[in-house]
Amino acid sequence: MFRTALRNVFAHKARLLMTVLAVMLGVAFVSGSLVFTNTLSDALQNSSAKGFAHVDVAVRASYQDAEGDKVGTVPELTQAVLDDSARVPGAESALGVVGGFTAIADRDGKLIGDGFSTLGGNYWGTEDPRYPLVAGKAPRGEGEILIDSRTAEHSGYTVGDTVRLSVNGPVLTPRIAGVFTTDDGTVAAGGSLALFDTPTAQKLFGKPGTFDEIDVKAKPGVSEAALKKQLDEALPKGLVETTTGGELASVQAEMIAASMSGMKQGLLVFAGIALFVGTFIIANTFTMLVAQRTKELALMRAVGASRRQVTRSVLIEAFAVGAVAAVTGLAAGVGIGALLRSLMNAMGATMPDGPLVVTWQTVAAALAVGILITMLAAWLPGRRAAKIPPVAAMSSVHAAATAKSLVVRNVLGALFTGAGIAVVLAATTMDGSDGQAPMALGAVLLIIGVFILTPLLSRPLIAAAGPVLRVFGVAGKLARQNAVRNPRRTAATASALMIGLTLITGMTVMASSLQTSIDKMASAAIKADYVVSMANGNDLSPDVGEKLRTAEGVTATSPLRNAASRIDERTEYLTGVNGSVFGELTDLAVADGAFRIGGTDVIVDEDTAKEHDWRAGSSFTAAYGDGEKQRLTVAGVYEGNDMLRGIMVDNATLAPHVSEPSDMLVLVKTAAGTSDAARDGLREALGTNPAIKIQTKKDISEEIAQIFTLLLNMLYGLLAMAVIVAVLGVINTLAMSVFERSQEIGMLRAVGLDRRGVKRMVRLESLVISLFGGVLGIGLGVFFGWAAGELMGTAIPTYELVLPWDRMALFLLLAAVVGILAALWPARRAARLNMLEAIKAE
Amino acid sequence: MTTASLADRSTTVAARATELSKIYGQGETRVVALDQVSVDFRQAEFTAIMGPSGSGKSTLMHCVAGLDTFSSGSVRIGETELGSLKDKQLTKLRRDKIGFIFQAFNLLPTLTALENITLPMDIAGRKPDREWLDSVIGMVGLADRLGHRPSQLSGGQQQRVAVARALASRPEIIFGDEPTGNLDSRSGAEVLGFLRNSVREMGQTVVMVTHDPVAAAYADRVVFLADGRIVDEVHAPTADSVLDRMKRFDAKGRTS
Repeated sequence: MFRTALRNVFAHKARLLMTVLAVMLGVAFVSGSLVFTNTLSDALQNSSAKGFAHVDVAVRASYQDAEGDKVGTVPELTQAVLDDSARVPGAESALGVVGGFTAIADRDGKLIGDGFSTLGGNYWGTEDPRYPLVAGKAPRGEGEILIDSRTAEHSGYTVGDTVRLSVNGPVLTPRIAGVFTTDDGTVAAGGSLALFDTPTAQKLFGKPGTFDEIDVKAKPGVSEAALKKQLDEALPKGLVETTTGGELASVQAEMIAASMSGMKQGLLVFAGIALFVGTFIIANTFTMLVAQRTKELALMRAVGASRRQVTRSVLIEAFAVGAVAAVTGLAAGVGIGALLRSLMNAMGATMPDGPLVVTWQTVAAALAVGILITMLAAWLPGRRAAKIPPVAAMSSVHAAATAKSLVVRNVLGALFTGAGIAVVLAATTMDGSDGQAPMALGAVLLIIGVFILTPLLSRPLIAAAGPVLRVFGVAGKLARQNAVRNPRRTAATASALMIGLTLITGMTVMASSLQTSIDKMASAAIKADYVVSMANGNDLSPDVGEKLRTAEGVTATSPLRNAASRIDERTEYLTGVNGSVFGELTDLAVADGAFRIGGTDVIVDEDTAKEHDWRAGSSFTAAYGDGEKQRLTVAGVYEGNDMLRGIMVDNATLAPHVSEPSDMLVLVKTAAGTSDAARDGLREALGTNPAIKIQTKKDISEEIAQIFTLLLNMLYGLLAMAVIVAVLGVINTLAMSVFERSQEIGMLRAVGLDRRGVKRMVRLESLVISLFGGVLGIGLGVFFGWAAGELMGTAIPTYELVLPWDRMALFLLLAAVVGILAALWPARRAARLNMLEAIKAE
Repeated sequence: MTTASLADRSTTVAARATELSKIYGQGETRVVALDQVSVDFRQAEFTAIMGPSGSGKSTLMHCVAGLDTFSSGSVRIGETELGSLKDKQLTKLRRDKIGFIFQAFNLLPTLTALENITLPMDIAGRKPDREWLDSVIGMVGLADRLGHRPSQLSGGQQQRVAVARALASRPEIIFGDEPTGNLDSRSGAEVLGFLRNSVREMGQTVVMVTHDPVAAAYADRVVFLADGRIVDEVHAPTADSVLDRMKRFDAKGRTS
């Protein structure tokens, strides 16, 4: 039995090729994900361990409970604490660490990095063990800095150049004193790191005379634990916390492992989808192989093989195919892992170096997945093979494909589909997080249901394409009929494509809707020409607002200033605005009362009003940070959004009570409106500060769009694998169909259909099947996108369904392209068929 | 040709092979399937080609019908020389000028009987001549079966559809490759009857390969092939006379 099974594998090499490829791709995806994440994780852990090499014990301020009203009670790590640390017997040296946001401009004055990854720090003394210098020397005073080697490389800056940079306030133009290397992850991810000498760093980061952390190095022979003990005794209790370098490293390692496992799971989900799609192809292939071998199998039964033996022979064949696919897939996966790393390196993110990690778990997972999936998918066809009666060996006629009734299947499919739709619809009425599980369950039921129903759906949907196909004459007519000839096979082929397109469309619909709604939240109701903010989202210093107010061509400005207060025993943040011009800068709808901000008159958004049970005319007492109290009156209630919300008070009213005002952003209206000149004017007024972003509403929208585009592109990339597998499925089905129908094709050629006609017939069949899968997938995807949106809509008030018609049309086109590409080879084969062989009677 | 008189037809050649050779392989494995065969198929004549297995009878038919290429010699269908034609032109020739009836797989299972009959014309994008089509369908007795698919028809009915398809486009010549090979004797007789009637009544030209002396007896002329050569010819054959000739070949083959 075993030998016959293996012989069959060899006999049908070509026909099994697509199956092997499909399984191989899935396995490669799985093992590639594992290899890549393991490699990355190991390398990151190594490099992070290296990063803690100079730290034996870290001293940090012990933060008080974050609750409580008082601000600024964080204990400070002063020079005295540092000196005390350095003085314990086990300590060899101690260095202080201080850092924060630092924006460096490139040669064009543009910010390097994206604002969240542009950092600054201090260089300790004349030789800092953390940052080995590759050029120049240590920085001294405010006029000198160091930059990291990657930033130097990207920007083209060298030692001696002057750069523009900004920490929080004014623009500085220090000289580059040197260049250093670092393993810092943020820098590796495309950020920048600038180092000042310690006093300058302390001053710039607003922590004069204090440190964020003190790193203590132990004397040779003193253990980390012993040093920690000494430090704990020497330093004031309750004020500082000590952590050994080993602990820091292991905490870091855990964080890395956790983030990697998230990434791994994400990748594996997509690998799973690709494999799931692959099972359709495997099942299809084995079904066809069994059908083609009916006589052979019947003969085996006739000469005494039991049903179980027949099933087993099919399964052994599947095992062999799965094993080959798994082994090649594993090899390809290791390659993918290596490729991913160099790809990410090429894209700018330096992956820390390290050997490629292939664990035994990866190998085991790859082999198990490949072999099990193949055998599982071949199991049903194997059972069907066993049911072939021995007498089939005697019949001279080709056993006609048993047109088994689809009634049971359709009933089952209708049940699943109905249940799926019902559950999804029920889930949409639930609240965000509650609805997630039922929604996922409903989605799975619905996909299964539609899959079971595809044979039924294929007839009417493909018939609908009839009028178009008629244009192509006989080839079109035959293509249509061939496509519905074996509904099960067509269904399995189309389903593979359907699943990929369902996910792609669903994600796109969700992303488009989300993007639009977030866009609306961020920029709706803003009439100002420009929104000025810090690149890293921090608060602006108040002089930015002042400079903008007096800048040339500016007609109105208002900062959004934050001020904590206590109202009704609760901490409530007041938003300080320039009441007199705020109406010109925004377009907030007033729900109740009047839009009036000034003196004790304030406006509040609907949510806040509801919380406090206020309406126009209500008044309340606010206690400011300086302890003073004031009675304020609600002049109006407005419809708030994500950016503009809360209690809006005139800045003049707030000013006496706020000692260090800071602005979230400044709204600016200029006489020239939004123009390059106006923007340049503002930029100049602010001293061409790289840390400050000047955005129009359009810029904000584009920024949001960019995030979604990146996310979608990543998802598309991952789902592409499922589509590729689906393409293999279409190729497979067509190749098998061409093989099975070779006699028909020969006859058609004999009675006068030319090669082009034959090719066209196969291509059109492929196109019809692919478009069928595409239409189903896009339809389902839109439904899921809508349903998921209903769920998200409960959390996002501005959510509304946006159907990206252009994208959907593109996806349908993609399905068509899939169909045409998949048909290339089978159509060629069909056209090349030897007519005489084909029409020769058995 | 349909306008030509019956008298003309009997002398006009519908297809002609001249010194036709077909050689497979080279050197040691060289097989001569056809060895300089020259034969005429006259219009309105029903010719049967007979011969033992491997005699080259099917190869001869395939070459003359434009289904296969040949090594040397020439083949003419009407005025057209086949040797110079490319695949595309050959396909067109088969579609417009030749009708085929095979032993099996004559019909597309997805098409109805009527659609199968008009298939060559559909491929050409031509409208069938309704009157002629009706008379052909009437002759083979399929008027009440036109909407059926091949799987709903008996083997004999399927072959009758194949005969109707071959006749429907009024080809210059019809080739049959063991058209009754898979049929019981009664259905076979019916099909052969239709073919003979088409020759007698419609002036059709039919060439049929067979190994059955009873089938060959329906023809006007029987051409005998052996080892790729024409070895004999019988006019107005009967089953007995054909069987007799065949026996003689067998005997000759064994003694020589």
